[in-house]
Amino acid sequence: MPSTNYFELFKLPQTFSLDVAILESNYRKIQSESHPDRFVTASPAEKLASMQTATTANEAYQTLKSPGLRAAYLLSLQGVTAIDEKNNQMPADFLMQQMEWREAIEDAENASDVSTLENLLEEIGIAGKSLQESLKNQFQHNHLSEATDSTRKLIFMDKVRADILKSIEKLD
Amino acid sequence: MALLQISEPGQSAAPHQHKLAVGIDLGTTNSLVATVRSGLSSVLIDDDGHALLPSVVRYLPDGDIDVGYSAQAAQSQDPANTIISAKRFMGRGLKDIDVSLQPYHFVDNNNEMLQIETRAGIKSPIEVSAEILKALKNRAEKSLGGELVGAVITVPAYFDDAQRQATKDAARLAGLNVLRLLNEPTAAAVAYGLDNAAEGTYVIYDLGGGTFDISVLKLSKGVFEVLATNGDSALGGDDFDRRIFCWILEQSKCKPVNAQDTRLLLTKAREAKEWLTDHASAQITSILSTGEVVNVSLSTKQFNELTQTLVAKTLAPTKKALRDASLDIEDIKGVVLVGGATRMPQIRLAVADFFKQSPLTNLDPDKIVALGAAIQANTLAGNKSGADLLLLDVIPLSLGLETMGGLVEKIIPRNATLPIARAQEFTTFKDGQTAMSIHVLQGERELVSDCRSLARFELRGIPPMVAGAARIRVTFTVDADGLLSVSAREIASNVEANIVVKPSYGLSEEQILAMLKSGFSAAEADKQARALAEAKVDAESLLEAIKNALQQDGHLLSLNEIKTIREKIDALQANIHAGAGDANSNAIIRATEALNAATENFAARRMDASVSRALAGKNLENLNL
Ligand SMILES: Nc1ncnc2c1ncn2[C@@H]1O[C@H](COP(=O)(O)OP(=O)(O)OP(=O)(O)O)[C@@H](O)[C@H]1O
Ligand SMILES: [Mg+2]
Repeated sequence: MPSTNYFELFKLPQTFSLDVAILESNYRKIQSESHPDRFVTASPAEKLASMQTATTANEAYQTLKSPGLRAAYLLSLQGVTAIDEKNNQMPADFLMQQMEWREAIEDAENASDVSTLENLLEEIGIAGKSLQESLKNQFQHNHLSEATDSTRKLIFMDKVRADILKSIEKLD
Repeated sequence: MALLQISEPGQSAAPHQHKLAVGIDLGTTNSLVATVRSGLSSVLIDDDGHALLPSVVRYLPDGDIDVGYSAQAAQSQDPANTIISAKRFMGRGLKDIDVSLQPYHFVDNNNEMLQIETRAGIKSPIEVSAEILKALKNRAEKSLGGELVGAVITVPAYFDDAQRQATKDAARLAGLNVLRLLNEPTAAAVAYGLDNAAEGTYVIYDLGGGTFDISVLKLSKGVFEVLATNGDSALGGDDFDRRIFCWILEQSKCKPVNAQDTRLLLTKAREAKEWLTDHASAQITSILSTGEVVNVSLSTKQFNELTQTLVAKTLAPTKKALRDASLDIEDIKGVVLVGGATRMPQIRLAVADFFKQSPLTNLDPDKIVALGAAIQANTLAGNKSGADLLLLDVIPLSLGLETMGGLVEKIIPRNATLPIARAQEFTTFKDGQTAMSIHVLQGERELVSDCRSLARFELRGIPPMVAGAARIRVTFTVDADGLLSVSAREIASNVEANIVVKPSYGLSEEQILAMLKSGFSAAEADKQARALAEAKVDAESLLEAIKNALQQDGHLLSLNEIKTIREKIDALQANIHAGAGDANSNAIIRATEALNAATENFAARRMDASVSRALAGKNLENLNL
């Protein structure tokens, strides 16, 4: 199967700042046409087509809905690999920031301090929002290397947030 | 009985076109079957007017099998041969369950799904569940006056792959065509949502006899989107009974009791629990087989204290589900209570307290799941109905692979919308290596030993190359039933690797076939006739579908492509109409498969075209908003 361009699939312009409402409603439209529930009594060929389209739509929706994944996907369309195991260089100040967060999580977890964890979650959320604003500009002006930096940071922040949620879950 | 209006009266299809499809709630304690008739979803009752069928199966001395109320009545006389709550054993090994209060003779088959020795032989929970499903199938066919085309069977949302597969296998044993495995809270949301024209974010809190589920859904214009689900597949009303049971033993200082008395006291405990829903205290009296007399009184206050940890156990998954959905309590428009155990006042209070709103209880908590399943079955079977439903459900538990050092690497996260496919690349680490093994696990923890083993896949037929040169792309697909399948391909050579699955807690295909065989002892000639008839029906329906498709969308194909498809159509027709002596089910099946394969591109193009059409319409609509 030729790989589908997720933006084309949802009939959206290939930009970082997208209209989430259209994304959502077009996603539902596509699922209405392709979901396996529509093909329970269909031929195997039609079932296959349904599975392929419905799984692609789900994957595409998850990717475009998340700002970090959307940015990484946009970069990948321009041949830039943002998430690379071997090369995830970060500016030193961001590494410092990240270490501080990790330490704060560990301390809060050891002290069973859920409210500190929740505050951290919010703090990182706000930092993420401002990164998204920068990304809008960087993509608009096609500043790819800056956009790559921001994308890596954003994805890292998503990981930290996931870890905080895990810690909160453990303490609950 | 709750009735749901889902289409205009008089609009429903004519009887001869209406396909008979049912929804089945296969519960731990009680099971039900429902169907949509004249646009209304309703539960089918038995000859005595009962809607519920107790999920109890008794293997009788004369070889018969009793299911339901009469089996339930005999449980304390014949506990070892009367299986209750079999659902708790589905897809589980002996080490997974608490055997202490179970009167059965369990058979431990080295970490595979447990079995029970009865006077009718060794039975797996799948076979026990199949008896319940058969009883409901018979009830439905009798009451609807025809053979069912299929059934939607509900499962707890928090059931893992092994438990789902076991349920599907049970349906197959019962001779049911499974249209879909549907999550119980989602089924409840469908029934509630359609009945109340609900829009917004709702929580379904489902505490049944043996399982607890919590689902957060967004309801909007016939779309039911599950945002997150969580639960405990071993927590329910049964556990409240056990707390009372232990308390009775403590109070009357008569322990340990034998299997009969255990069943007797558990039944008394359940009665007391249900009584306390409407009364301030319950008197529990009983004479044990030893002659000891039990006579104790349990107050609501004591009962609440005994069970407050159980109530709290439902709130942790509730919090997790909300967090996974990134929602606060204020975002929840309503909380729908499902399951008989939500009748307990302490549950209602706890839910009201947690969500800061009174829960919704206007649909019968026993029946709502079956009613929703029937609506889905009606839609899936292709019956016209007023409601255009779309259910977007999720996988409840993450799927992962075993990596170095006994760690699990996640490949599909929990709460991902289904269907989903994820590919992962592997390579060989020895020269000439032609096989490798992949261990798939389900669960949220990091260590293999803390997750549930689903299956080990053996990849064979990898072309021999130097170490690290082979690139094997393994695709994990979870379908709309929540069931996993795996395919693998070596990328450089494009060779499909052969996969041998060893399910950790399931039945193999051979075991199922053997069970099916022992069930039907039809004569060989009979079987051949049936196979031929089935092959013809399948072939005819494919032919008709493709002819329709060609008429509608033939323009999507080149003349050459149409010619190829026409040839396969002609070949299939020749096979169907071969003289009686020459008619051969295998030849028809092969020709059907060839025609199907020839239409794969066509099907994909039709799908793309219909998606494009839908999006074109949508954009206009957006402009108006
Ligand atoms: N009035 C009542 N008060 C308290 N509990 C009740 C009442 N009526 C029924 N129950 C309890 O509800 C449970 C059965 O509920 P239900 O029929 O919804 O479960 P189920 O669908 O069989 O189980 P599951 O959904 O967990 O597989 C039993 O534990 C029963 O004792
Ligand atoms: Mg139930």
